[in-house]
Amino acid sequence: MARVLLFGRLGDIAGWRERSVDPLPATLSALRALIGAEDARLAEALAAPGVQAAVDKVLARGEVALATAAEVAFLPPMSGG
Amino acid sequence: MIRLQTEPFEPGALLTGFCAGRNETGAVVSFTGIARASSGAVRTLELEAYPGFTDVEIGRMAEAARERFALQDLIIVHRIGAIAPGEAIVFVATAAAHRREAFEAADQLMDYLKSRAPFWKKETGPDGSRWIEPTERDLADAERWDRD
Repeated sequence: MARVLLFGRLGDIAGWRERSVDPLPATLSALRALIGAEDARLAEALAAPGVQAAVDKVLARGEVALATAAEVAFLPPMSGG
Repeated sequence: MIRLQTEPFEPGALLTGFCAGRNETGAVVSFTGIARASSGAVRTLELEAYPGFTDVEIGRMAEAARERFALQDLIIVHRIGAIAPGEAIVFVATAAAHRREAFEAADQLMDYLKSRAPFWKKETGPDGSRWIEPTERDLADAERWDRD
């Protein structure tokens, strides 16, 4: 089980900012597909350029195995302060 | 010191505290960013951070600046949550032996905070809400520091 977090516009589009996913899919792309499966707008927003993911608060580069991850966050382009 | 907080802060008090008790610091430079109303187009600014990620990323950047400019000390205070126009949103101060390093470090830290720090910013005005992304100017400002 892992916590999935959505930030910025992603959270507004999905209508949630945090949920538990159990069981956690094996890879980042499988998780992206899972949470996008029930929401076409969210799926499109997750695939938009500049959307990054952090696994246990570390920025993921490319495809990542989730295995024992406790928290996965999807981060739209950062806007700065 | 790096602090993200939902409560308003008073920049003058932060600067006074930062300057106190320094015998070997020749220069302190400070910057205060204030939320703009943009002629009534913005009623509230909402800044979202990712606790445990945003602060760590800012800390990494601050350490790089501390080294690059031989800073003696620095402070970054950044508001998160709802911010009204006229309120201070960010405060940065740098301390160095000489002014050039203090100026440049504060300049670089602000360019980073404005365009690359992990924040998500939403403006709400009479016409509704929109998520803001860095302007071309913000991105170009930050790139100045990548060159050397």
